[in-house]
Amino acid sequence: MPFLEAVRLALQTIRVQKLKSFFTLTGVMIGVMFLIAVVSIVEGMADYVENDFAASIIGTNTFYVARYPNFQDVSDEEWRRLQRRPRLFAPAADVVRGALPTGTYRTAMVNESFLPATVPGLRPRSVQAVATEASYFEIKDYEITQGRAFNAQEVALGARVVVVGSEVATYYYAGLDPIGRELRIGGVPYTIIGVIAAQGSVFGFSLDRLAVAPVTAPLSRVIRPRGDLGQIVVQAPTREAILDGQEMVRGALRAFYGLGPGDEDDFSLSSSDAALSFFDELKGKLVLFGTALPAIGLVVGALVIMNIMLVAVAERTREIGIRKALGARRRDIIAQFLVEASTLSILGAMIGAGMGIGLAKLIAAVTPLPASVAPWSLVAALVVGAGVGITAGIYPASRAARLDPITALRQE
Amino acid sequence: MSTTAERQAVTGAAGAAPDRDWVIVTRGIKREYDMGGEIIRALRGVDIAVKRNEYVAIMGPSGSGKSTLMNIVGCLDTPNAGEYWLNGQLVSAMQDDALARVRNKEIGFVFQTFNLLPRATALANVELPLVYAGVPAAERKRRATEALEKVQLGQRMHHKPNELSGGQRQRVAIARALVNDPSILLADEPTGNLDSQTSEEIMRVFEHLASTGQTVIMVTHEPDIAAHARRIVVLRDGTIASDETQPQFVARLGIHAPQL
Repeated sequence: MPFLEAVRLALQTIRVQKLKSFFTLTGVMIGVMFLIAVVSIVEGMADYVENDFAASIIGTNTFYVARYPNFQDVSDEEWRRLQRRPRLFAPAADVVRGALPTGTYRTAMVNESFLPATVPGLRPRSVQAVATEASYFEIKDYEITQGRAFNAQEVALGARVVVVGSEVATYYYAGLDPIGRELRIGGVPYTIIGVIAAQGSVFGFSLDRLAVAPVTAPLSRVIRPRGDLGQIVVQAPTREAILDGQEMVRGALRAFYGLGPGDEDDFSLSSSDAALSFFDELKGKLVLFGTALPAIGLVVGALVIMNIMLVAVAERTREIGIRKALGARRRDIIAQFLVEASTLSILGAMIGAGMGIGLAKLIAAVTPLPASVAPWSLVAALVVGAGVGITAGIYPASRAARLDPITALRQE
Repeated sequence: MSTTAERQAVTGAAGAAPDRDWVIVTRGIKREYDMGGEIIRALRGVDIAVKRNEYVAIMGPSGSGKSTLMNIVGCLDTPNAGEYWLNGQLVSAMQDDALARVRNKEIGFVFQTFNLLPRATALANVELPLVYAGVPAAERKRRATEALEKVQLGQRMHHKPNELSGGQRQRVAIARALVNDPSILLADEPTGNLDSQTSEEIMRVFEHLASTGQTVIMVTHEPDIAAHARRIVVLRDGTIASDETQPQFVARLGIHAPQL
């Protein structure tokens, strides 16, 4: 029997037995739906982290000098060892700055923390408070939509000025010009001198609930009462220059701390690559767990299809007998049932893929999770669908093919 | 029609391929069944020879082995011993798939219970043997339509079996049996599920087919129906009890020859 004939026959059977076919489809449909949704969301997150997260949170081509490494699992013992490292202070920033060629690398001291900000008469709200230098605006590539950024003089003087994120501006001064108005952060009043263009959000975390003040302002003392530095951010001119920069900074800081050749660094240099590799590891786990559950669904789907095909063989024994009497060979009967099972499950997989894309988009719309449909996942869904159908169909089909036509014809 | 002497000559020549005139030649066919330890000897050495264009009825009471013989003649079953030559091929030695080919090309079945696919239209049912013969769709449709028109069902070809009367269903089955130009039309109690008027109608179709050169083998237990054939073979206890022409059969049983 030609292949197209078998497909036509399968579609006809599916059309005639709508309800049964629907239940057969369901298992594969749901499995594939969740498979696509999970893969889309994990892919979406990966996309986001690689393209936007690194740039908007960590900064392009940047690395950080800090007391502790970022984004790393550390054991208790390791943590105690890290605790013995000296704190980072402003002179270290001068060493870092001095170690790098001027004009190509940018550096900025950064202290940041979430602090309540208020305006008299309004409920306090937590904002991401950043105390830094003027170069920070260039490193982050912030666009100022209203007013201006603070300058080096204001940093030198410790001026109580603040540049706020767009969400902060609209929350405290909706419909008003916020420039020149007051914002209290950690109990200290600052004058708003600029507003940063909206940045959007990462994983539901708004990048616009931001308030940036000079590192010399009282804000630094609120964030770090001991007067030390959170981190020094360094921006290299190119991605390749990050490693050079790190080596120059490492050498200078080791000399500054008086470390011998055999001593370990007592500071950490972390780049966005570290964060990305951390995320890659996380992504691997997400994909594994995220696909394991739908895979179980697919196995259940396969069992349902096998069961339904066995019932179909039993119900259609007479039909098989007629077909054999009229000249169907074993391979014709096998082809008929295999194609029927695969058509069912491919159909289920296609509907499931559509629903999975829908689900991913829905999740992306109502939750902060991003979604991106990977083309390979659609191909995989179809392959999985066909695979499930063929696997589930082999046994029932071979049982049908082995039926004795005389007994089959006699069956009522 | 073949003569007794001719038949004895051809069934006696064991191992030799019969010449082209003979559609069916069986030589000493035996078939035994193991029914839970008890051996049932359904056929105990049957020699039958049927020439092209013959119209033969195989008769016998239930348990005479006529169903077993019909299954073997129809290539649905193979004998334990003996030879069966169908249209020059030794089919008694064939395996499953080869038998399927032979059924598809050489045999047109008409069953007591019609055995039409209930969810398929008359046209689709008639096309079925052509599907398994690998005939392209357009030609399939043309030939199936032609076959249905021959049995006066040209107007009903898009109806499903449950929308047709018993007689119409059996005519669809006949169209299906003939669509692939088989060597033999093999009918198993073709009127068993039909009233006497419809039975007459189906017998007229068979008569017409036989008169236009189709070889027809009809298995039945009703003498009235068997009497429509030109030659009647009676089986009893797995062997041939008699092999007569229609006038001989009618005279022996004292029944009226059917007038169609």
